[in-house]
Amino acid sequence: MTITEPPLSPPAPLDRPLLKATGEPLRERAFKWLLWFCMAVGLVTLVVLLTYVFIKGWSRLDFRLVTNMPSSVLPETAGAQSAITGTLWLMTFTALWSLPTGILAAIYLEEYGDADRWYNRAIEINILNLAAVPSIVFGILGLAFISRGLGFGPTILTGSITLALLVLPVVVIASREAIRAVPQSIRAGSLALGATQWQTVYRQVLPAAIPGIATGAILALSRAIGEAAPLLMLGVSFVQFNPDGLMSNFTALPVQIYSWTTEARPEYGTLAAAASVVLLILLLSMNSVAIYIRNKTQKRW
Amino acid sequence: MSIPNDTPSPSAASSVSTSGTRIRVNESLAGAMTESTPDLPVSVAAVTSGATDSDDNNGVHESVITTRDLSVFYGSYQAVRNVDMDFGKNRITAMIGPSGCGKSTVLRCFNRMNDLIASARVEGTVMYHGQDVYADDVDTIEVRRRVGMVFQKPNPFPKSIYDNIAYGPRVNGWKVNSMDDVVEEALTRAALWDEVKDKLKESALALSGGQQQRLCIARCIAVQPDVILMDEPCASLDPIATSKIEDLMRELASDYTIIIVTHNMQQAARVSDRTAFFTAEIDDEGVRHGRLVEMDKTNKIFTNPSDPRTEGYISGRFG
Repeated sequence: MTITEPPLSPPAPLDRPLLKATGEPLRERAFKWLLWFCMAVGLVTLVVLLTYVFIKGWSRLDFRLVTNMPSSVLPETAGAQSAITGTLWLMTFTALWSLPTGILAAIYLEEYGDADRWYNRAIEINILNLAAVPSIVFGILGLAFISRGLGFGPTILTGSITLALLVLPVVVIASREAIRAVPQSIRAGSLALGATQWQTVYRQVLPAAIPGIATGAILALSRAIGEAAPLLMLGVSFVQFNPDGLMSNFTALPVQIYSWTTEARPEYGTLAAAASVVLLILLLSMNSVAIYIRNKTQKRW
Repeated sequence: MSIPNDTPSPSAASSVSTSGTRIRVNESLAGAMTESTPDLPVSVAAVTSGATDSDDNNGVHESVITTRDLSVFYGSYQAVRNVDMDFGKNRITAMIGPSGCGKSTVLRCFNRMNDLIASARVEGTVMYHGQDVYADDVDTIEVRRRVGMVFQKPNPFPKSIYDNIAYGPRVNGWKVNSMDDVVEEALTRAALWDEVKDKLKESALALSGGQQQRLCIARCIAVQPDVILMDEPCASLDPIATSKIEDLMRELASDYTIIIVTHNMQQAARVSDRTAFFTAEIDDEGVRHGRLVEMDKTNKIFTNPSDPRTEGYISGRFG
């Protein structure tokens, strides 16, 4: 059956246009400008800071920094070798202590712990609070319990355990977020096939959460690498040798930078700026490794 | 509007399902002969006469899952009350009913997926081949391996097609001669092999929704379950993908006992041998809860239900 319809008449003329634009409202524009402004504050500060440090340290940014040991009497030949190696040692072990512990704690809280139990809630609140505790307090903890209590002294071991405790809450919180973001349907699908809970966590949840966990690890270690306060509290100071083991005394870049900035001679200010650039380079390369890991695991699917 | 138009479809489907039933009755006769000979003459009569309205196929069918007085609680709230059901071997049973009537909740009791909800609690019994699924010494892992599940939304793992299928045998620690063969067989049974055989190493997430759901069915088959639970398996699929899944269900029914929850009454009429109708009711204290109204041959439920509530739902008066 075909229905023949009469052709439509042209639309009746309008008194005023229905679709006329009145321009973007002031509020919309104001809000957009506010967003731009806030972003610019962060960005400009960062650029100014980087430029300042770079320009100030430029005259000393050479291989002497890496090849020479620090000196408090000869700024023209002083380097930061012991501080660089110290930081590398420190970061390696901080990561080694904090990442597995933090990730496993996050797995417990997300996958195993019953969130309604008071002790799990207590742990959760504690972790959130710990993330906000000033780092100097962790320094006191490290000094009292690890350095003196356990008798480890101002060594790599003490330093890395202290920093690991400091960043542990960050690792836990970030890992929990990443684990929580894995869809529940994945877990259900795995369990419905007769997989155990651990198999489900290990083979499905963790691989899917790795990108998020890697991001958390970057944040945590970035915080640890720049910490001077807890290390100063532990009594980490000026040393002119590279660490040779966990029980070795050491110095780290933030501590070295701090001690140079307290020197009166301007050459040391330059050295501090140059060492800051080295610290930034270390930080960036650490982050790029983590980003590489994240992208590699993400790219698979 | 849709109901009068669709009235032919249940009867058309039931003739299909009758012939399907007949074949399966013949198959199960061999087994039944040794264990329950007294039922034999009746069932032979049913098979030869092709009578669809009589309920006498029951005697032959071995019950795979049986519930007695099954109630499910969420905290102190009794969501589903006193459900008695029997699911026959190699049958497709559909569970239909309005939203919130507890059909999915009941389905999730059969493989103990309700255990994952901390507040959920089950009373009464769920028997699998005569063994209480909720007994203390029962291994939940074994229950879930034998009673597989396909979910409402296709949920392939973010892995390759191959690894999706191989996952079940792997986590169950099977020593298989050739995982390739296991994967091929499962995909073939799920009518997906021809579509994916050249891209087994590609991500399962790249498949279409219907293919993903068939992959989930294949994944389920790969661990050689006995029962397959399907929780609205076509809810997120288009009609063509839906019809493929339905064809697949009818094929699989020769080897598996299938229980399907569906919102789509036509689907229940098309694929199932038996249909259970659930409804949500409000008791004297004003508490809304799910109940089983009746469970019968699909043909009977859709043409001549015993309960007026079923009739009301089927004919679109509520729900």
